Amino acid sequence: MADDGVLQELGQHIGAVLADQVIATAVAHGELMVKVRGEHIVKVVTFLRDDPLCLFKVLVDICGADFPERPKRFDVVYNLLSMVHNQRVRIKIEADEQTPVPSITGIHNSANWFEREAWDMYGIMFADHPDLRRLLTDYGFEGHPLRKDFPLTGFVEVRYDEERKRVVYDPVDLPQEFRTFDFLSPWEGAAAVPQGLLPGDEKAEGQEPG
Amino acid sequence: MAEVDIKNMTLNFGPQHPAAHGVLRLVMELDGEVIERCDPHIGLLHRGTEKLIEYKTYQQALPYFDRLDYVSPMAMEHAYVLAIEKLLGVAVPARGQAVRVLFSEITRLLNHLLNITSHAMDVGAITPALWGYEERERLMEFYEGVSGARIHANYFRVGGVHQDLPAGMAEDIGNYIDGFHNYVDDMETLLTENRIFKQRNVDISVIGPDEAMDWGFSGVMLRCTGLPWDLRKAQPYDGYEKYDFDIPVGKNGDCYDRYLCRVEEMRQSCRIIKQVLATMPDGPVSSADRKVVAPPRAEMKQSMEALIQHFKLYTEGFKVPAGETYTAIEAPKGEFGVYLVADGSNMPYRCKIRSPGYVHLAALDHLCKGHLLADSVAVIGSLDIVFGEIDR
Repeated sequence: MADDGVLQELGQHIGAVLADQVIATAVAHGELMVKVRGEHIVKVVTFLRDDPLCLFKVLVDICGADFPERPKRFDVVYNLLSMVHNQRVRIKIEADEQTPVPSITGIHNSANWFEREAWDMYGIMFADHPDLRRLLTDYGFEGHPLRKDFPLTGFVEVRYDEERKRVVYDPVDLPQEFRTFDFLSPWEGAAAVPQGLLPGDEKAEGQEPG
Repeated sequence: MAEVDIKNMTLNFGPQHPAAHGVLRLVMELDGEVIERCDPHIGLLHRGTEKLIEYKTYQQALPYFDRLDYVSPMAMEHAYVLAIEKLLGVAVPARGQAVRVLFSEITRLLNHLLNITSHAMDVGAITPALWGYEERERLMEFYEGVSGARIHANYFRVGGVHQDLPAGMAEDIGNYIDGFHNYVDDMETLLTENRIFKQRNVDISVIGPDEAMDWGFSGVMLRCTGLPWDLRKAQPYDGYEKYDFDIPVGKNGDCYDRYLCRVEEMRQSCRIIKQVLATMPDGPVSSADRKVVAPPRAEMKQSMEALIQHFKLYTEGFKVPAGETYTAIEAPKGEFGVYLVADGSNMPYRCKIRSPGYVHLAALDHLCKGHLLADSVAVIGSLDIVFGEIDR
């Protein structure tokens, strides 16, 4: 596995060639992360596949992540692998609910199902995707379950109705209120972690969590 | 004679079909018996694992990983604990690493036993499956010996493993592995040169290295094309670099080569297990960092401090500093990765599970196109898919 210095160099190389597309590069935990502008993702991934110093020919994974407090609430994360150089790189773009992200199915065939899943789970749209159907959820499912504002229990539940002789969808009926336990300790201070306060620490001062 | 318009036939395959390996539904378009298009419908086993994990502490989320690929449970746990350890910076003691490698390789045997034999059953041979299940059961006894559960072990922990091997287990595993190659030889006499088995598998769904990379293949699906790529060699974790083993590769990239690669991988796993047992270091099996690893039960009954640590770890859990990582291991089916985003609290903010079977199944249309309907069963068998990890 490449060490941090090599990854720094690779990050600088990518940043220098794609100066207009790359926003930032960072190396953490021995992994290189490159943040790029969403509209240029096709160009970036093509470059990373074909450049002799990169040769990231395997698209390992695409996934979404939801940060509802941001104006562009979604991250789309691309994990790429170069077998020739034995290196990995993670490309990140930001997306929102309205603007489609260019699809990279034309560059990597494996992107097809990953993008379908990201659409299904988060509602991230991909432009020029050949077949952007739902993948994992039920036929006729509504909503995007991995969004942070989608409740864990969901909205509908299914059961077999003996009278109607078919499966019916009912609103979720919880016999007991959904319970979330807050175990975050107010006592363990910022000393344990150098970068500052941890979630839950604000309870020590009696402030409302943000 | 007037031209007759012949329409293609659309065939629904599964989800309740013995050769669908679980709950795979295929909508196929057939021209006679030739597959024109094959559209897998998945998600019938979708349980929302990734969503559930976001509502659990890191420790509580571990058992979900057993339930992903329920044919090779400990391999899934391995990827998850490695990802958390990377974010936390916790070191695993040498014996803990050796025990993990030992059980990862036992897991590989478990997985390949089931895959090879059920693949054989799909193409018409039932005896290997009957024999294979017996061997699987004996391997699962080792699972049971360390964790108490045959399949859903929940044995790996952040910082090591839950408990040390019980007395005498190392010898038992060694004795078993000494006899295991007899089983592999017997199974090979049934399959490797079997005329029917070869007729059903040779030159079926041939794939080349460039195609395989383009489709994101990993594991045996990639190695059958001749690329010697194995994360245990290329990006070793938990001390795999200390062990001497070979990576079997195929030549033709067809179903038969995938079978041969898996057989040879079983022999190589036996080699690794023998080396682990011979070089097993003494010492603790998990880290002594009490902020992350719970104290042993005996100590908890005696020491006030240990009791507090135990209580804290099993209610609040440990906090992982903010950061993100993609950590992958060479699971029996291919590259199994966990993309973990931590926000500094005691629960993962996002945990994306990258399962090899998902990627391989996505290429099913490409692999089946132009083959006969009966070949699709051999292809599905050779893909080594398990729906727990595909649907998540």
